[in-house]
Amino acid sequence: MPRPLEPVSQGTRVTLGISFFVLFVAAWAFATLGGFVSRTFLADPITMLQDGWLLLTRFGFLSDIGVTVWRVVGGFIIAAMVAVPLGIMMGAYKSFEAFLEPFVSFARYLPASAFVPLLILWAGIGEMQKLLVIFIGSVFQIILMVAVAVGNTRRDLVEAAYTLGSSDQGVVKRVLIPANAPEIAEILRLVLGWAWTYVIVAELIGSSSGIGHMIIDSQALLATGQMIFGIIVIGIIGLISDFLFKAVNRKLFPWRLA
Amino acid sequence: MSSTILQIDNVSRVFPGVRGGAPVRALEPTNLQVGKNDFITILGPSGCGKSTLLRIVAGLDRPTDGRVLLNGREIRGPGADRGMVFQSYTLFPWLTIAENIAYGLREKGMPKEQRRDIVASYTEKVGLRGFENHYPKQLSGGMQQRTAIARALANDPEILLLDEPFGALDNQTRGLMQELLLGIWERERKTVLFVTHDIEEAIFLASRVVVMSARPGRIKADIPVELPHPRHYTMKTTPEFSSLKAQLTEEIRVEAMQAEGVH
Repeated sequence: MPRPLEPVSQGTRVTLGISFFVLFVAAWAFATLGGFVSRTFLADPITMLQDGWLLLTRFGFLSDIGVTVWRVVGGFIIAAMVAVPLGIMMGAYKSFEAFLEPFVSFARYLPASAFVPLLILWAGIGEMQKLLVIFIGSVFQIILMVAVAVGNTRRDLVEAAYTLGSSDQGVVKRVLIPANAPEIAEILRLVLGWAWTYVIVAELIGSSSGIGHMIIDSQALLATGQMIFGIIVIGIIGLISDFLFKAVNRKLFPWRLA
Repeated sequence: MSSTILQIDNVSRVFPGVRGGAPVRALEPTNLQVGKNDFITILGPSGCGKSTLLRIVAGLDRPTDGRVLLNGREIRGPGADRGMVFQSYTLFPWLTIAENIAYGLREKGMPKEQRRDIVASYTEKVGLRGFENHYPKQLSGGMQQRTAIARALANDPEILLLDEPFGALDNQTRGLMQELLLGIWERERKTVLFVTHDIEEAIFLASRVVVMSARPGRIKADIPVELPHPRHYTMKTTPEFSSLKAQLTEEIRVEAMQAEGVH
């Protein structure tokens, strides 16, 4: 038996990680190909791959993927551009925090998906509406998490900066922001993951393109293979974006690993 | 005595009570005058308010009453004219050693070329050549504190404040750091206010040892140290040093006993 908290080698880690994927697909294949689950409700892995191939080659699914990625990234970037400065301000200035924190905490619990019908009323079913769903879903989360991170900056670093002649503004610019930059990047990585769930919800209703649209279309045809393929594609994109984010963070913040 | 640079005038500090408790008197009204080029160590048991006094001088804490004058001007907040070295490691982890030392100069808006020369000279003085491009995390505690001293000195402050800067270091490193700091002081004649609870350290470094009493803190004794300069670590075993140490040990012991409630 392994000991608690005992580290494992990189090789073991990769092998173990992959083996669960294999186990998962094997169980799925066994249940479907073995005839234990009706094909109407759950396609087997082979059908799923065939359907996926058809989607990509015949039905232009790649452009759906492109549209969805564009919406997530677009809505998320707008949210980050609004939320990160606000979060830093709230973390740095307590009066600003007292002013906004209660509202943001409240707004954070408003489910973005519940806004979809309202947003359709306001913004139609165009791209604006999709971007808004992602924006609403991400912006309050980012604000609060960034504010907490900045608020928890080591006090002694701030004091050291003051004794070295920093102004109040200098402390914000040259201590609070750089000290928390890696954590802010980490927050963005997390919230981007959540943004993916909002985009699909936005696309399920009143949309004519995107991965979510394909999934709801496939439901009408009982094409579970296509639906599962769509879901898996989302997972893979999420994995890739996560990986990219981590790689960029390592490059940007070498002092963290030093 | 040389001309006064820092004057502490009836400074006291009362911390408000926590959750309805009684307020805590951390510092009784205290008076102290620091002459130019003095090296004063403030010696006292833990919780005697010596760090509070230093933080008030740094402008990081406000006195409840009284005032602190630096060159005749009242201190109202922290500033680059008072360099501070903390007990905790406060180098900015995202900056390299050279960038840390240059921090204050950058805040002043000094051009890059000028900064480079000053940084190089202080890197040399604290013996960190070759580590300019390292991050603080890659350095030992002693090296980090040397960088912190260089960072404070690079600003050319009127007075250098040190709050138990070597408290977290092992004994051997601490001894070396004391010699390094004393060497810099002997050469550059900075004015230094140094807080410690280590008696040997207090004597070895100081031109004056100020002994503080247990809570509420107040100055109990002000003892000049007439040992000659330059001082070498072997001085710690001379009879003069030992007699001073015996005298201070006695002073401090009474206070420590009081602080711990032993009679």
